[in-house]
Amino acid sequence: MNTNDKRIKNILDSTKVIACVGVSPNRIRPSYFVLRYLYFKNFRVIPVNPTYAGGILFGERILGSISEINSEVKVDMLDIFRKSEAVLPIVEDALKHLKKLKTIWMQIGVSNEEAAGIALKQGLEVVQNKCPKIEYQRLFGELRMAGFNTGIISSRLILN
Amino acid sequence: MADTESYGFDTLQIHAGARPDPTTGSRQTPIHQTTAYVFRDAEHAAALFNLQEVGYIYSRLTNPTVAVLQERIATLEGGVGGVCCSSGHAAQIMALFPLMSPGCNVVVSTRLYGGTVTQFSQTIKRFGWSAKFVDFDDLSAITEAIDENTRAVFCESIANPGGYITDLDKISKISDKALIPLIVDNTSATPYLCRPIEHGATLVVHSTTKYLTGNGTVTGGCVVDSGKFDWASSNKFPSLSEPEPAYHGLKFFETFGPLAFTFFGIAISLRDLGMTMNPQAAHYTLCGIETLSLRMDRHVDNAEKIAKWLEEDSRVEFVSYAGLKSSPYYERVKHICPRGAGGLFTFGVKGGYEACIKLVDSLEIFSHVANLGDARSLIIHSASTTHRQLTREQQQAAGAAPDTVRVSIGIESVEDLIGDLNQALAKATS
Repeated sequence: MNTNDKRIKNILDSTKVIACVGVSPNRIRPSYFVLRYLYFKNFRVIPVNPTYAGGILFGERILGSISEINSEVKVDMLDIFRKSEAVLPIVEDALKHLKKLKTIWMQIGVSNEEAAGIALKQGLEVVQNKCPKIEYQRLFGELRMAGFNTGIISSRLILN
Repeated sequence: MADTESYGFDTLQIHAGARPDPTTGSRQTPIHQTTAYVFRDAEHAAALFNLQEVGYIYSRLTNPTVAVLQERIATLEGGVGGVCCSSGHAAQIMALFPLMSPGCNVVVSTRLYGGTVTQFSQTIKRFGWSAKFVDFDDLSAITEAIDENTRAVFCESIANPGGYITDLDKISKISDKALIPLIVDNTSATPYLCRPIEHGATLVVHSTTKYLTGNGTVTGGCVVDSGKFDWASSNKFPSLSEPEPAYHGLKFFETFGPLAFTFFGIAISLRDLGMTMNPQAAHYTLCGIETLSLRMDRHVDNAEKIAKWLEEDSRVEFVSYAGLKSSPYYERVKHICPRGAGGLFTFGVKGGYEACIKLVDSLEIFSHVANLGDARSLIIHSASTTHRQLTREQQQAAGAAPDTVRVSIGIESVEDLIGDLNQALAKATS
């Protein structure tokens, strides 16, 4: 496994709680797909979206902003489903309120170098323009079932 | 998607996609001879049918043996994913199907396998699609041929029946500018000799029947997606960018990003067109592909020696092989397929049509068959066989004129192949 794949796998392995900014409760939206997938892979997912605040998604109340997240919840990762221009204040907000945050993750099509720079300076991991669902499926074997290039070569026996 | 550049081609052709079987430890990929797969529970089944999770449902869509081959070819081509199907011809339909709708056209090179010329000039009309044939050395003609209804540009990297190398770098600049994908048939070159995605191709199609399998046992095809095309950059590709009614209005590109084309291939094209590769075929091709690089080096080495020998023979009118210094495409080989111009070429025999037929009938080691990319040497008189349905002009443009034979040079001892050609040429021209 190459260095970047190891880094991504380490992030996913050490993450338990993910706050998702911009997630939609609409069942055909990509953000719903991703959140649903992560929930069923036993991550705790905390939805954040002012438009749908107060609703319930995967057993959690949808919050209006990052600052509403209970300070006792140890959020490991922030997953951002917003356009690149909107990312900077979201990251600043997260760094202020989520003291145990380890990773800033921006979805496919989302990148913001300024926000990434600030997070990196504070010792966080930053992933841009990628999807945690796709990376999880790729690195933990699921995408192999559909003929995708996972980049993983191994002759070790992993018994079911 | 994955940075596999840390592994060499020879490692990937053996290992990519395959792992020891997690139940038995079987080292070679098992042939999963099953139609259906048991779901964990109702929730799992629903998630699979909704494309929310990836897994096996039914072998018309995916199969564990076929999936290994798909990942292997996708990896060797440097793409994000691959979908295998029943033949190279099926792969061409699989590549076009998500892009086209009635009234749309594809701009294609005149230098194509004869069967593809027929598929594109005749059969696809029944879908309401059409093809515009253009000389791909005339770049302005390609640009002019592209209109508002063009959905793709199509060519072969090393064109069958050989001798021609398409300048993929220049062609991809034109398709990029028109915001349409470039589809490259890489059958004759294989990813060992040419990697079209590195030259700007969006999709790569294969007849896996040929060099990838390598011994003429099974037919198969594959479509590899580079994952680089923005299907939402225009309104030209609604199958990928707009809501899909069969999946509750899901938008493939929005939902799957770079994996969209491959998911569409499984979830729509294979599901509803059903041109599936069977696991036995995938097994033979997986066995063959393990030695691809070794075979291609020998194919190229033998082809170069034989082409040079023929070129110096007074009974031979001409040799059309891009690996010869006399070829107008010799310089292109360095950029497009630096490891060699392939094992396929044509030559003309003095005495024309009659002499060609006599040559074919006099050979002892070369087999007279309508195939290429076999370990054994093959010969065919294209004008009376593979390119028979074409007009004289189409034959000429495709390099399949009546006085021309096509050879697919195998990996036998080169002296024996030269000896065989020598005795047959003597009979053909006596």
